[in-house]
Amino acid sequence: MTAQAKRRNLLLDGLAQIGDAGLFLPTLLAAVPRSLRYFRETVRQLWFVGAMSLIIIMTCGLFVGMVLALQLYHVLEIFGGTASTGTVVALSVYRELGPVVTALLFAGRAGTSITAEIGLMRATDQLSAMEMMAVDPVAYVATPRFIAGIIAMPLLCCVFSAMAIFGGHLVGVTWLGIDNGTFWSNMTSNVDVWKDVIDGVIWKGLAFGTVVTLISVHQGYTTPPTSEGVAYATTRTVVASSIAILAIDFVLTAFMM
Amino acid sequence: MLGYLGHPMTDAIASPESAPAGDALVRVRGLTTRFSGRAVFDGLDLDIPRGKITAIMGPSGTGKTTLLKHITGQLAADEGELWVDGEDVARLSREGLFKLRERVGYLFQNSALLTDFDVFENVAFPLRQHTKLPEELIRDIVLTKLQAVGLRGAARLMPSELSGGMARRVALARAIVFDPMLILYDEPFVGLDPIALNQVLKLIRTLNETLGITSVLVAHELAAIQQVADRVVLIANGKVVAEGHPKEIADDGSPWTRQFFGGEPDGPVPFHYPAGDYAADLGLGETA
Amino acid sequence: MTQRRSYAVGTGLFIVLGFAALAYLATQTTSLVNMSQGDSYTLKARFTNIGQLKDRAPVKLAGVRIGSVQSIQLEPAKLDALVTLSIDKRFNQIPEDSSASVLTSGLLGDQYIGIQPGGSPDSFKNGDEVILTQSAVQLEDLIGKFLVNGSPSDKDKDKTKQ
Ligand SMILES: Nc1ncnc2c1ncn2[C@@H]1O[C@H](COP(=O)(O)OP(=O)(O)O)[C@@H](O)[C@H]1O
Ligand SMILES: [Mg+2]
Repeated sequence: MTAQAKRRNLLLDGLAQIGDAGLFLPTLLAAVPRSLRYFRETVRQLWFVGAMSLIIIMTCGLFVGMVLALQLYHVLEIFGGTASTGTVVALSVYRELGPVVTALLFAGRAGTSITAEIGLMRATDQLSAMEMMAVDPVAYVATPRFIAGIIAMPLLCCVFSAMAIFGGHLVGVTWLGIDNGTFWSNMTSNVDVWKDVIDGVIWKGLAFGTVVTLISVHQGYTTPPTSEGVAYATTRTVVASSIAILAIDFVLTAFMM
Repeated sequence: MLGYLGHPMTDAIASPESAPAGDALVRVRGLTTRFSGRAVFDGLDLDIPRGKITAIMGPSGTGKTTLLKHITGQLAADEGELWVDGEDVARLSREGLFKLRERVGYLFQNSALLTDFDVFENVAFPLRQHTKLPEELIRDIVLTKLQAVGLRGAARLMPSELSGGMARRVALARAIVFDPMLILYDEPFVGLDPIALNQVLKLIRTLNETLGITSVLVAHELAAIQQVADRVVLIANGKVVAEGHPKEIADDGSPWTRQFFGGEPDGPVPFHYPAGDYAADLGLGETA
Repeated sequence: MTQRRSYAVGTGLFIVLGFAALAYLATQTTSLVNMSQGDSYTLKARFTNIGQLKDRAPVKLAGVRIGSVQSIQLEPAKLDALVTLSIDKRFNQIPEDSSASVLTSGLLGDQYIGIQPGGSPDSFKNGDEVILTQSAVQLEDLIGKFLVNGSPSDKDKDKTKQ
């Protein structure tokens, strides 16, 4: 196969995957009423997908806030605007870095484990076994994880952003000596609850959560039943999620501006 | 729970007038299945008698697993009809299919235990999903089934801690938890040591004799099959090529049975995968 | 079963933590802080030019925040900006001849309204208008004038209305 044909195939493959995942979404949603019976399973998945991601999200949030404050302080110093450090940290975290970095970490931490788990269930016939026990595997396995991911992402974004503000305050006020009152009053007079916190953290978080878990669940569910199949599917989850997050982020930002 | 056996199915979709009479629990007529153009079944006719153990044999890749999937409605055939207990499987609604599956046990080639749960919860899983029985009753039923397969002591082990034979027996306990009318075993002896093989073999016979469960056994182990099976069906090239009592079938003299039971490397099942002319492939045709 | 309960408890904690973080972000780091400061009264002020003044910009007296900009409208009849200020009830003794100006914090900072107190014994009441106002100083104008004349022109300074 020529290199060009290979590239064309790759492109077509990608498009086919997108279409397939898009068609999987109605299947997942149609199973929501049936999966209400498995509420416990959803709670359990929320634990694995959400609570287990907390440590990495909190640590990364703290460091992102700290490094932002450090960089911005020195840039703003040139213009005599160090008082705005808190504002710029908050705005960049709420609008972009919070949801995007959280989603990327979420794809790596929770998305891959969803794909690998469902993929292994497929490879070891556990999904067929459920079918045979008259249990719908979409309602029992796929949808609870999907719902858990959608609920967990905005909450993780909030935790990430709060930690980033904390980190920014730590560096800006405690270390670099910005006045505490100035730091907060400048931030509070410039950050808007709807445009920044709700539109940024919550809506973007929801959108990314939906897309990342859809990709993860779909990749797992359609894994070829071999061990390389599971490995490839996991890789594809990370790659596809990362691209989707950044592309959707651009579109959402363009709409919200 | 035992009510599943007592109550006749009242599914509206089943058409009783087209349902064949007689003692065949599973009736297959003219079944044709194609995977990307290649026919796996080509007008297959088959009857599986009620209350008996029927062994299905055939070379790897003839579609034995596919046949079991057709019987349980996991996979639709391209043509032909298939009745299970008087119900046309292809025409069942999803709900009707699920109701049917509650009365059919299926033993997967690789046990397919749910890795999230321990042995007890694996066996209890169908009960928890389909009934609202009190916890003590579930406990009693599960322990009874585990006792039947000799693994009551392993109730709290996780699937990863089980040997292949134990996993197969747990899967069997799970398959019989609703006292099904039909159990489908897909290669239950593969990878078992002789002791575990005989344990599973004994279970298959006991379940059939004591509960009267109809059994379909896909396997290659001729010695084992001759011990338990009432009937053997040999499938090759998408058709039934021989059937009969296990003692008789080996001597019926057809080239299929001679190759299969004699274990000859070449015969109707060719040693060579279909290929072009050997000489041409080596390039001898042109250069000469 | 105890295993199941611990999942439920952990998940509950996670959800509570998430919502606590959201509540913190929404109420402690945004302009909601300034809105939830109890009772307030409003004043009006007209400016010929408000520069980059925005809704919710602070109103300060002697550098202390006493309220915020509630709304900014264009008055079609007079073609100037009508700014409504929301002042905290605690600061109800501002002399009624005080003046309001649009100021900038720092060279590139945000704009806010500064109140310069007058000497009248009477104070502003709810709905009063601040008569003496000074518009935003346009940095571009300032620089332009400086380059042309060598010094900023007096014409633009202290342009009070009526
Ligand atoms: N879902 C499927 N899609 C395409 N081909 C399949 C599928 N399932 C089975 N096959 C093919 O059908 C043939 C029969 O498979 P199977 O029923 O597993 O054989 P057996 O169990 O007798 O070894 C094999 O050649 C297999 O490659
Ligand atoms: Mg097979």
